[in-house]
Amino acid sequence: MKIALLGNPNTGKSSIFNLLTGLRQSIGNFPGVTVEKKTGAIRISGAEYSLIDFPGVYSIYPRTKDEEVVYSSFTNNQSSEFPERAIYVADASNLERNLLFFTQLYDLNIPLILVLNMWDVASKRGIEIDVQKLQQRFPDVQIVTANARIGLGKNRILDAIKNQQTISRIDKIIPNFIPASKEDLNSQAEEAKTRFKKIKEIISQVEKNKEVKTDNFSRKIDRILLHPILGYVIFIAILLVVFQFIFSFASIPMDFIDGTFVSLSSWVSEIMPKGMLSDLICQGIIPGVGGVVVFIPQIALLFFFISILEETGYLARVVFIMDRIMRPLGLNGRSVVPLMSSAACAIPGIMSARTIADWKERMITILVAPLMSCSARIPVYTLLISLVIPNQKVFGFMNLQGIVLLGLYLLGIVAAIFVSLILKQIIGNREKGFLLLELPSYRSPRWMNIGINMLEKVKVFVFDAGKIILAISIILWVLATFGPPDRMQNLERNLVQSKEYKTLSENEKQQRLSSVKLESSYIGIMGKAIEPVIKPLGFDWKIGISLITSFAAREVFVGSLATIYAVNNNSDSNLKLIQKMSNEKNEQGVKIYNLASGVSLMVFYVFAMQCMATLAVVKRETLSWKWPLIQIFYMGVLAYFGSFLSFQLLS
Amino acid sequence: MHQTLAQLHPGNKGTISGITTSHISSKLLELGFISGTEVEVVFRAPLKDPIAVELNGCLISLRLDEAVNILIEGNNQL
Repeated sequence: MKIALLGNPNTGKSSIFNLLTGLRQSIGNFPGVTVEKKTGAIRISGAEYSLIDFPGVYSIYPRTKDEEVVYSSFTNNQSSEFPERAIYVADASNLERNLLFFTQLYDLNIPLILVLNMWDVASKRGIEIDVQKLQQRFPDVQIVTANARIGLGKNRILDAIKNQQTISRIDKIIPNFIPASKEDLNSQAEEAKTRFKKIKEIISQVEKNKEVKTDNFSRKIDRILLHPILGYVIFIAILLVVFQFIFSFASIPMDFIDGTFVSLSSWVSEIMPKGMLSDLICQGIIPGVGGVVVFIPQIALLFFFISILEETGYLARVVFIMDRIMRPLGLNGRSVVPLMSSAACAIPGIMSARTIADWKERMITILVAPLMSCSARIPVYTLLISLVIPNQKVFGFMNLQGIVLLGLYLLGIVAAIFVSLILKQIIGNREKGFLLLELPSYRSPRWMNIGINMLEKVKVFVFDAGKIILAISIILWVLATFGPPDRMQNLERNLVQSKEYKTLSENEKQQRLSSVKLESSYIGIMGKAIEPVIKPLGFDWKIGISLITSFAAREVFVGSLATIYAVNNNSDSNLKLIQKMSNEKNEQGVKIYNLASGVSLMVFYVFAMQCMATLAVVKRETLSWKWPLIQIFYMGVLAYFGSFLSFQLLS
Repeated sequence: MHQTLAQLHPGNKGTISGITTSHISSKLLELGFISGTEVEVVFRAPLKDPIAVELNGCLISLRLDEAVNILIEGNNQL
């Protein structure tokens, strides 16, 4: 049996969901829309129920695209999502407002369980609800009190689910209630007025309020956190701490994962008979899976922090203080966290854009997020900076290389601002943006909710985006391994028969062979094929190959160049690689990596959408290939012209 | 001449006398901005927009161009 879980935002609905279903949860999408649908299993004495978590809303009428699932599921009893029963979670400390949506469901004849949650908060604030009187008013509704934050009320809710309900509703707020159409805002407004008039009467009978106290504790904290100056200082400090954690702590498990997959590869290649299958597993599949798993620490850590900020109620305050600043860009206060997170990695950043209710603002946020320089670009930047930027002091105390690195980050941010401004004009408004946001009282975080949230985000990434990443890794491996057979043999023969080859050590011979193999592979051919196109940017076919392989992940650029220049691919070989690269000359004897081409290449990496994992996540989050394709196109154009300009100006 | 919620300063209280018709009037009503309810402006974001108001014990933030739709009467401590 399907049971819907409904309620206003900030009523502790997700705590109730986690309390009832624990880890027996699965995530999907409501049919046809991007809205996440969480389903949990409840088993009570042999009977199986599935609990469906709907977005928190104030009314059956949608405010945003995402909220339409509530309207479409409940107004059409032929819908596959039409629930047989519903659990309605209400904030007992604000019953009046919570009863609006409740009475709409009541009038729609849906069998209801009313959970009066946050009972303790209500009592503390001097609000007393006469449950018996409320019960008399809604006779067939099962009413239970709960305090989900400390786990109270679980058994009462389970008992209520077990009891069969018969519906006999004569005393509806609006008899023969038929919901207004989504567009008919006037009827919706009239309906809200009518309902509140009746609800006020009910409240005056069931609520015996002593003096209602405001939440002074939250008010005091807000006086600091929403302070015109201090508020921003604290926000920036919190961000710095979060990124420090993500940068320094995520790298430990990430290095471990990297190492594990590398040794797994070499172990499997030793025990398996040499051949295609062994190569596919060791060079295609294992690194591909590793390329998915390696993102897990960053995603988990970021969502750990975001969940804490959200659970405590601080995230709503960030939206409050940032909204005015982001609005001219077509963004929203809620865009701040996704964009900042993208400086660590665009994948969790884009996933966190889900909190943005407005469709247009969310799309712009997702589209510009990869322009923030992520941590995978750092190895590329460092290699190129040490190659073409002299290590010297400017103004006596600043390091030129450091300034260039900072400049690359700023370039990404500036580009994001401009692109947002342009997208704001281009993307049509599907719905009018508005803020209208509740700033909930501050609470201590619930670790169970945080843990479940982290787990969910990791699961979505691994299973949805992971498939695409693995597939592309295997394709890249095929392209880098195979080539036209005669071409491969020719190049190999030329190498083996050359005089120089015989003088090389066994190790160097291997490196030369890999280099020749890559050159004669399909990727090598592709690299050469795009050479005329990328020549105006100052790139040769070797860079072309690396640009293509970078799709696996940007930092692969360094490894690819190492293979091409036949340098052992490990960290201490970076110096050797830099040496080789700086001596590299074209046919005319001009250095390939000079200031112009080096800067051009860095600019290319700031702008270009060279990350299949991000593309896969954008596809997952927007449920269509349209947006990732638009993204790859506009970023490609930006990268090409950005590089073209910098190369032509500098050379 | 009615006053709107957008004109109140932090610390000012007033009673809602009506909601003007606009694309968000139904949303405002659903949040509890109904005639006769008392509302107090509590905070104002650093760039003077959005504002945070207390309504039925809840803190709700809204942009100024949303607040102009909420008409206010009486007991302001200007």
